[in-house]
Amino acid sequence: MKKLLTATAAGALIAGSAFAQDNEIKMGVLLGYTGPIESLTPAMAAGAEMAMAEVTESGALLGGATVTSVRADSTCVDSAAATAAAERLITSDGVSAIMGADCSGVTGAVLANVAVPNGMVMISPSATSPALSAAEDNGLFFRTAPSDARQGAVLAEVLVEKGITSVAVTYTNNDYGKGFADAFQSSFEAAGGSVTLTAPHEDGKADYSAEVGALASAGGDALVVLGYVDQGGAGVIQGALDSGAFDMFALGDGMIGDALTEAFGSDIDGTIGTAPGSDNAGGATFAEMATAAGIDGTSVYAGESYDAAALMLLAMAASGSSDPADYVGKIEMVANAPGEPIMPGELAKAIEILAGGGDVDYNGATGVELVGPGEAAGSYAEYVVDGGALTVVGYR
Amino acid sequence: MDFLNGIVALANFVLIPAIAYGSQLALGALGVTLIYGILRFSNFAHGDTMAAGTMFAVLTTWGLQAMGVSLGPLPTALLAIPFGILGAAALVLLTDRYVYKFYRAQKAKPVILVIVSMGVMFIYNGFTRIVIGPDDQRFADGERFVISARDFREMTGLAEGLALRTSQVITVITAVVVVAVLFWFLNKTRTGKSMRAFSDNEDLALLSGINPERVVLVTWLIVASLATVAGVLYGLDKSFKPFTYFQLLLPIFAAAIVGGLGNPLGAIAGGFVIAFSEVGITYAWKKVLVYFMPPALEPEGLVQMLSTEYKFAVSFVILVIVLLFRPTGLFRGKAL
Repeated sequence: MKKLLTATAAGALIAGSAFAQDNEIKMGVLLGYTGPIESLTPAMAAGAEMAMAEVTESGALLGGATVTSVRADSTCVDSAAATAAAERLITSDGVSAIMGADCSGVTGAVLANVAVPNGMVMISPSATSPALSAAEDNGLFFRTAPSDARQGAVLAEVLVEKGITSVAVTYTNNDYGKGFADAFQSSFEAAGGSVTLTAPHEDGKADYSAEVGALASAGGDALVVLGYVDQGGAGVIQGALDSGAFDMFALGDGMIGDALTEAFGSDIDGTIGTAPGSDNAGGATFAEMATAAGIDGTSVYAGESYDAAALMLLAMAASGSSDPADYVGKIEMVANAPGEPIMPGELAKAIEILAGGGDVDYNGATGVELVGPGEAAGSYAEYVVDGGALTVVGYR
Repeated sequence: MDFLNGIVALANFVLIPAIAYGSQLALGALGVTLIYGILRFSNFAHGDTMAAGTMFAVLTTWGLQAMGVSLGPLPTALLAIPFGILGAAALVLLTDRYVYKFYRAQKAKPVILVIVSMGVMFIYNGFTRIVIGPDDQRFADGERFVISARDFREMTGLAEGLALRTSQVITVITAVVVVAVLFWFLNKTRTGKSMRAFSDNEDLALLSGINPERVVLVTWLIVASLATVAGVLYGLDKSFKPFTYFQLLLPIFAAAIVGGLGNPLGAIAGGFVIAFSEVGITYAWKKVLVYFMPPALEPEGLVQMLSTEYKFAVSFVILVIVLLFRPTGLFRGKAL
């Protein structure tokens, strides 16, 4: 038995090295194919793989390298499983880059336990927790989704401009809600507003009258709801309307959806909200390309995934190496101005410019602009409920 | 004026919600206490029996709505309750016939029956989710408010609003009617008396010629009705989602134990004790107190004893206190 094990292990090692071709670049796609966001990840992985296929077809990267995708399951919630999957990507599959992870919690765990010790570059398309901005990453971690801290600031700005100076805040009791609420509160107070009470609510309850009672006692000109529209967030609004506690609401991105106006209609006229969104041309181009490839390009974070993979590949082209230590320094260079603007589908053109020693400004599907500690600046759409319908009134 | 405002705020945020919630808990706890008193085990499947019964009622409601049947200002679901009860009764009787009867014949210990009921709970759980799905379902229709907060403010000119929902009024009225009928049945009818005799002393009841299978059958029918009524009222007042019914198990058991397991009067009192504690302890009293206190003594903080996340902890704490100091419950039920 022992001999058999040794033989198998040796065989696996030989096989592993035999398959590693010289001109093949492997990219890990670490997403939660099982777990709470399993419905989003297929489109996200497909988006990243579109970028890889595009580069492979061009035959221009590092003398005609083939880029292959290695999928691994982050589970979204189980840090131990995500860490093990990331370990496998590096030690056994030998990837040169990791596109992922997806949810904020597992992303932080993989970054600290795997990426930093191994010097691996990670670009997350969807982790939005403000805590990741301050994570110890040795400059190896980037994200193409904006931090919720930014959205908190935008929402606070909108409220202050409307002359609302006192609010009560309720958030869904998880990393997203807590981070968002903290960011909102600090920006709102910095802008001179006051928060009367910050109370979490649990999702999936039938009754929010206790939460609404506490918020009503605290008072305020408006109720800020940072939750999910098909979960507790809607329950809180219903409770507040029923008891007459609030009739003005301010909402985060999780609350912006058709379900909101279907449920409340013109009862919540005047309510304002913010959600990631931009009017850049890349989004439409990407959606067309995705439809042609048989994926849903409008699915949440599919564009961000395409951009994350594309950024790493362009950085490799710029540095002329697929070694993370070499190309990591080029990521911000290709993402930001100056340089030739690059839209989705123009990766081949970008690689040629870079090979010729030029500079590019990758805009991609989501108008990528990396700021601060390597995260997307993000642009947000401002919504107003008017006559029972959500209307975009501007972008910030 | 301040005094009136204070009373209205108190009614709006504490009294009305707690009375409606207490009635729903009391109906649920009655079912648990009847099973404990007569069949002699703690039925963990009760929350999911409520969910299943409500599911049948919801499906019937949709059917009635599709046929254009309506009760005007009242929710159509009231018409569907009898069908819900039929479905729930069929479910629990089948379960009794194929599961509990086997263990009864073996004279299994109560603790074994408790574990069996947990198994049944998981089956019901899955059954409800397969048929109607795990999501929130809306089935309330008719007039939503008897009086809405905005109308009340305009009518009275007070600063505070008072909202009274149709579902809350229906809940309280239905609960009173159901409890009255139940007590009349238990105290005045032959079958009810035989059930009480069976509960007091099984052997003596058997000796005096009471048919045990009939007692069991009637008990299950009553339990199915109580569970369905409680479930439909809770669903109308809040919303129908299988998981929240499963979670209701804790406050329902707390209510039954606080009142004294096996004592129907205790179950009702327990339901209201739990509901008022949950709402009262997690309510921020500032809004009410500012109207009653002289300005110098007005509270700065929220005067909230426990933040709302700990709502469920309240039932636990009351449960522990009662079991420590008065294990038989407030109304001298059977000791656990």
